Amino acid sequence: MKFKAMTAIAALAVSAPALLLADADDDTLIVNGEIEMITKAPAPEHLSGVLDEIVSGWHMRSDETQVMQADDFDNPGMIYTEQALDDWNAVNGTKGKSCASCHGDVEESMKGVRAVYPKWNDSKEKVYTMEMQINDCLTDGMGADAWKKSGAQMAAMEALISVQSRGMPMNVAIDGPAEATWEWGKELYYTRTGQLDLSCASCHEENYGNHIRSDHLSQGQTNGFPVYRLKNAKLTTVHGRFKGCVRDTRAETYSPGSDEFVALELYVASRGNGLSVEGPSVRN
Amino acid sequence: MASGVKPRVKAPKKAEAGEVVTIKTLISHKMESGQRKDKEGNIIPRSIINRFTCDFNGKNVIDVTLEPAISTNPYFEFEATIPEAGELKFTWYDDDGSVYDEAKNVAIG
Ligand code: HEC
Ligand code: HEC
Repeated sequence: MKFKAMTAIAALAVSAPALLLADADDDTLIVNGEIEMITKAPAPEHLSGVLDEIVSGWHMRSDETQVMQADDFDNPGMIYTEQALDDWNAVNGTKGKSCASCHGDVEESMKGVRAVYPKWNDSKEKVYTMEMQINDCLTDGMGADAWKKSGAQMAAMEALISVQSRGMPMNVAIDGPAEATWEWGKELYYTRTGQLDLSCASCHEENYGNHIRSDHLSQGQTNGFPVYRLKNAKLTTVHGRFKGCVRDTRAETYSPGSDEFVALELYVASRGNGLSVEGPSVRN
Repeated sequence: MASGVKPRVKAPKKAEAGEVVTIKTLISHKMESGQRKDKEGNIIPRSIINRFTCDFNGKNVIDVTLEPAISTNPYFEFEATIPEAGELKFTWYDDDGSVYDEAKNVAIG
């Protein structure tokens, strides 16, 4: 059990049971009986003095939700990867190409990719999310229309690409040219927003393990994205989730694909360096 | 026409004679209830899978009627006794008249 000083969040909780403290459980996640997931790991160095251990949001979910992620047949997120595979092989755009024309077999070419995104793009001289890269491939590589940022088709493709890295530890680079963006993301993470005057840290750093209304607060890690949410029965992207969280502070939110969310995505991903890629994961 | 409809089945390839096996099925389908309205206020027409059956060597194992309140991508998990080698046949019936099927062979041994 973890005991912490009452903060804004604890004070916000509505009823007595909501104040009960409950830490991450001790369950282990092995997908399809073969992929062992690292769901708890020592915190990366840049978090020293802030967190000792990083924990996947999977631990905060109910047993019923947890088991859905342990078998691909039971994981509704996997349906979308099948649809994305059709997109991967479909010729689209004026250049008569599919993703497969350049990248071949997705299982080979996309192995390990999810674990290192967002990452610095040398030719574009900025930090790139996977979505930005996919849209570049569509417009420049294929002569096709870009997909809607954080839209359903994009989320499905991100799920397909994530699957090729499942189990591998998140390992985004935060030094070198990416550092300035990372610093900005960090600043955004600790900036209080909205009428409730809360930062990401208010909930996911100071209060993880606590209940907020009926929800069990996690560290707000991104290793499980895209996530299949039972709440709306579809895949949610990282930026889609960020948007919901900022809105919950009763603030105007940044939009998916904005520079702010790209920087925040890099910073939040770096807080999870060491946790396995789980996407598509299952959450409530 | 419902789009993106795709049946999936997980069943063992092998069983002992008389063994009770677990079968899982899922069909991707939007399961539009017929209760919702679009932005202009018009009812979105009902479009659901209304029946699901499983047969083993022509003998019925399960026959399910689905109602509009069942959520998207209906999933069924059930058990069947496998008396002999044979074929499991799965059939889904769509409101639009489409019929989707899938078959799995089960060996004994
Ligand atoms: C005309 C060839 C071409 C096509 C078609 C193409 N890509 Fe790419 N893709 C590239 C190149 C080249 C790179 C490397 C870009 C770089 O490193 O700057 C790349 C990089 C990527 C990456 C990042 C890989 C990494 O290791 O960082 C992803 C993800 C990706 N593509 C997805 C897709 C998807 C999804 C499609 C189909 C919608 C697609 N690509 C279609 C040429 C293509
Ligand atoms: C008012 C509290 C609150 C604030 C502030 C907040 N979140 Fe969340 N967040 C939640 C809740 C509740 C959930 C769902 C339960 C969980 O996983 O913690 C969640 C979930 C998440 C998840 C999904 C975790 C997973 O494993 O699926 C991410 C990522 C996330 N938040 C990031 C952020 C970021 C980044 C910020 C700052 C922009 C932020 N949150 C601000 C309450 C908050």
